[in-house]
Amino acid sequence: MATKLSPKIYVERKDRLSGGHRLCAGCGASVVVRNVLMGAKDYPVVVGAATGCLEVSTSLYPYTSWKDSYIHTAFENAAATVSGAEAAFRSLKKQGKIDKDYKFVAFGGDGGTYDIGLQSLSGALERGHDFVYVCYDNGAYMNTGFQRSGSTPLGAWTTTTPTGKVQPGKLQQRKNLTQIAAAHNIPYVAQASIHNFRDLISKAEVAFETEGPAVLVVLSTCPRGWRAEPSQSVEMARMMVQSCYWPLYEVIDGDYVINFDPKDKKIDVADWMKLQGRFSHLFKPGNENVVERLQTNVDREWDRLKKLASLSAGE
Amino acid sequence: MKWEIADIQQWPPGKHELGHAIPEAGNSCSYKTGGWRSERPIRDEEVCTQCLFCYFYCPDSSVIVQGQKVVAFDLDHCKGCGICAAECPADAITMHLETDFHDDGEEE
Amino acid sequence: MSTAPILAVTGNQAVAMAMKQIDPDLVAAYPITPQTDVVQQFSEFVADGLVNTEFVTVESEHSAMSACVGSASTGARTMTATSSAGFALMWEMLYIAASMRVPIVMTTVNRALSGPINIHCDHSDTMGGRDTGWMQIYNEDAQEAYDATIMGFPIAEHKDVRLPLMNMYDGFIISGAIGPLQALDDEQVKQFIGEAPTYPGLLDSEHPITVGPFDGLHGYYFEAKMTQQQAMDNALGVIQETYDRFAALTGRQYQHLMKYKMDDADIAIVVANSAAGNTRNVVDALRAEGIKAGAIKLRTFRPFPAAEYAEALAGCKAVGVMDRADSFGALGGPLYLEILATLYQYGASPKVGNFIYGLGGREIYPHDIERAFRMLKDAADGAELPKSRVYLNAKGA
Repeated sequence: MATKLSPKIYVERKDRLSGGHRLCAGCGASVVVRNVLMGAKDYPVVVGAATGCLEVSTSLYPYTSWKDSYIHTAFENAAATVSGAEAAFRSLKKQGKIDKDYKFVAFGGDGGTYDIGLQSLSGALERGHDFVYVCYDNGAYMNTGFQRSGSTPLGAWTTTTPTGKVQPGKLQQRKNLTQIAAAHNIPYVAQASIHNFRDLISKAEVAFETEGPAVLVVLSTCPRGWRAEPSQSVEMARMMVQSCYWPLYEVIDGDYVINFDPKDKKIDVADWMKLQGRFSHLFKPGNENVVERLQTNVDREWDRLKKLASLSAGE
Repeated sequence: MKWEIADIQQWPPGKHELGHAIPEAGNSCSYKTGGWRSERPIRDEEVCTQCLFCYFYCPDSSVIVQGQKVVAFDLDHCKGCGICAAECPADAITMHLETDFHDDGEEE
Repeated sequence: MSTAPILAVTGNQAVAMAMKQIDPDLVAAYPITPQTDVVQQFSEFVADGLVNTEFVTVESEHSAMSACVGSASTGARTMTATSSAGFALMWEMLYIAASMRVPIVMTTVNRALSGPINIHCDHSDTMGGRDTGWMQIYNEDAQEAYDATIMGFPIAEHKDVRLPLMNMYDGFIISGAIGPLQALDDEQVKQFIGEAPTYPGLLDSEHPITVGPFDGLHGYYFEAKMTQQQAMDNALGVIQETYDRFAALTGRQYQHLMKYKMDDADIAIVVANSAAGNTRNVVDALRAEGIKAGAIKLRTFRPFPAAEYAEALAGCKAVGVMDRADSFGALGGPLYLEILATLYQYGASPKVGNFIYGLGGREIYPHDIERAFRMLKDAADGAELPKSRVYLNAKGA
């Protein structure tokens, strides 16, 4: 289980991302990357990334923001690409052609993970490669202009689920990637958020130390795509966690552990939806049922998660 | 290793690295995104408790820390998102319009 | 000259043997008929600890090539194999592998692309990949497939090339049928391929690099493609040098194009892979009639040795190009278009006919090939050849 340390300890870790990348002001993706890589302590790291905001903004030729070796190949295959590098490393190490130990991490947005990238992630997890997969999840295909993904929340405006005369945004509830990952029987899966950096870094630390595959699904704000204030990036993530829309939890060898329970300080989803322009249509008369449906689903999922956690605790 | 790219627009095709690999890790620091912002953060040293939150929340690695203490903001790269000001528990950081400052950083 | 015994093996077994002797650092592959036995055989070597290879049983061909690119980017010697739909599935990644200049060696067992779904041999799969930037070498039989696999890395890893390479041979006809093979011994293979060269890669934390960048706004993509073409130009010489070095070792001398009775040929057929054997037999039969027939077996397709084709065919009155694939909507099949363009550019002007044959594994017989030669003979004597394709062995045509 992740043990949070003092910021004074984490601040000594190398910042493995340099400034000068082209991510929007207030983007959560680089907050995810900087903090996750602090979890790698001082191991040499090989980073892979799927095509997306993070990738194009941090490796726009001839500039790279990555201080470690980094590979991008295509959109749907960050996990497959990194699994090839990881397997090659194992082969070279076994043959004595390499003596250092490297850690492997793949970053993909929800775009490159939930949908087109799900197969290659699933394969890599099932094969048991020793790597960390980090999904920075902002709930849509942001890089190509905010199209809906399997992670987009119910009712959200996106450019492929716009609000029109007969449709109030996305009609489907979202997938649960964290539990899909857990269903692969891998040693460590965790859900985290940019607002709680000690929780995020400590989970990344566990993920890097884990022998075998580890998956981190991290809530990452997109001020542009959510139609929200950049300066409120971290606060919005905090509120989304506070409402149990995005619980902070770990699945450790199949056992569920909830890291944060807001108890009587739990807020309604409407409280943070109001801050995001992508939901503004839901607060006009006639669309109340959509907010209700999302609230019901969040409550049901949270309840279920608590049951899973107490089941694990009881075993 | 320093990869000299000042004249890269004029390079013949063969001068690029094989596969257009970028051989100097982290060289984006020479690309200045500070020009993007319309506001800059100012930190009140008297009020700052050195909690380091701004360092961890900055998307642009633009909080400069030395000896476990925040010492400055990297104005070459700060995009003025305002997260540091919004998150500072001590309210030690405020955002000021760029137009309030001369080019040399002195306040008007 | 080799005193090695002649083995009776299938094409797939021959390639698996070669892979065992090469002992690559990593193989990432997904099964597909008729390639399957290559990786199945190889996985037995893995299971018995006979190779050091890390064998990644990926969940699709797209992931196979993705894993191969990731692996090769560390400097590891990387191989894979596929066919048909699997080849098609990794199509995006083939372009990327070539652009990232990683020396992957892949076996593609030629099988028709769907639909209707057909597991038998034609060349539509790899002809569809001729623009990817991979070097492409076609092989007539198990011996050639084995030899080509051994020669793969010395060509692909050469400092003036550094492009991925694919070796082809016919599905079922060669891949699954027993043929003779004279193998090298393990030490000979080790000596021939040498150690993998070191180049900047992912596993050098002292010198971290970024690979696969975003070309974006500034735009250096065009120039990157130019350097790829330059590498292809260099590859022509490197491939022939490797062929020559291999000949010194084994006595088997390969060329970009293997000429058969071409010196004084009036009519000739250009053909790739297993049908070349019957083509040579038909040439012999025609020669016995006094007809000056010849044949060229295509080996190196990418890079395309245009000058050599022009020289070999310039003296002919009529040339037939046998295509085991078509390019729908084009004047003719892919090989035909390539030869036509070459002859025109080099100022040679035999009449050229296109013979589409064997699609979906349709058996090609000597009498079919003879029909083509008779048409060429008539053309040499003054008749016209159709401007577009002739179907050699279709039903009811």
